[in-house]
Amino acid sequence: MAEFFGMGGYGAYVWSAYAVFFVVLLIDALLPQFQRRATLRDIAARLRRESAPSRSAS
Amino acid sequence: MNPLLLWFHKMGSPPTFYRVAGLWLPWLYALALVAGAAGLYGGLFVAPADYQQGESFRMIYVHVPCAWMGLFGYIFMAANGFIALVWRIKLSETLAMAAAPVGAAFTFITLVSGSLWGKPMWGTWWTWDARLTSELVLLFLYLGVIGLYNAIEDTRQAARAAAFLALIGVVNLPVVHYSVVWWNTLHQAQTVNLMGQSKISGSMLWPLLTMALATHVYFFASVLARARAMLLGLESGKDWVRVLAQGAAPSHPEAAHG
Repeated sequence: MAEFFGMGGYGAYVWSAYAVFFVVLLIDALLPQFQRRATLRDIAARLRRESAPSRSAS
Repeated sequence: MNPLLLWFHKMGSPPTFYRVAGLWLPWLYALALVAGAAGLYGGLFVAPADYQQGESFRMIYVHVPCAWMGLFGYIFMAANGFIALVWRIKLSETLAMAAAPVGAAFTFITLVSGSLWGKPMWGTWWTWDARLTSELVLLFLYLGVIGLYNAIEDTRQAARAAAFLALIGVVNLPVVHYSVVWWNTLHQAQTVNLMGQSKISGSMLWPLLTMALATHVYFFASVLARARAMLLGLESGKDWVRVLAQGAAPSHPEAAHG
């Protein structure tokens, strides 16, 4: 096991490369989800603001 | 209209695209994960150590697929940018701009993983070699497209301006690809050849190709996810988005609390 993680002395370099790969792609995968939810929330909030005066007037 | 054209026409409509892409997304992410796990298993456990580079060569299983995706992503972005400029199709503008951050992410990983390999193998993190420099230019082109898109207020004008910049940047693609042939570079020449014989053994090659499949599928998943989010913003005044927004967050605050 230690031999596997050691990667023949190159462990730090090899695993850093894999870590960068996973971290960057994880951020890349999460961002659009946050952006989509935030956009939907903003639109819902705008719709509420727009509909509020008309509802109180009627 | 023939069925293929009809399908394109339908998929070009934002609400249909949003719905169909939403159906595909979980499958694409799942396929990318499964192929990625298989590829990394092969690359880390099955493939033998390289006779010259020892275990350090195992970084190619992230470096090479990401490098391919950096180029592939740029071609995808430029092709959609071309369609956006010529036919002014909203979905093409969106797909072109959605591809830019994903391609930039892959190019960034390529540069960093290459640097992490260069240190023990070449004895330096960075050198102004033709392949490395043109890959850095590729990252800057992506960042330029993203920056220009975000700098212009009108989203559709911004997408067209950025698509134009993306098209000019296409000139860098052959430079990246052929840099190891045209110049005497430190970077090694290509070992995997789609058309002919690859200079790599089978047990090293199949994990690499499986990782390439995983990153391709991931690329499309990420582009579709971004395009969905961007379309909601572009079409925020349309009925289909209102219905979605009201469904996601109840429009009556009292209903949300009650």
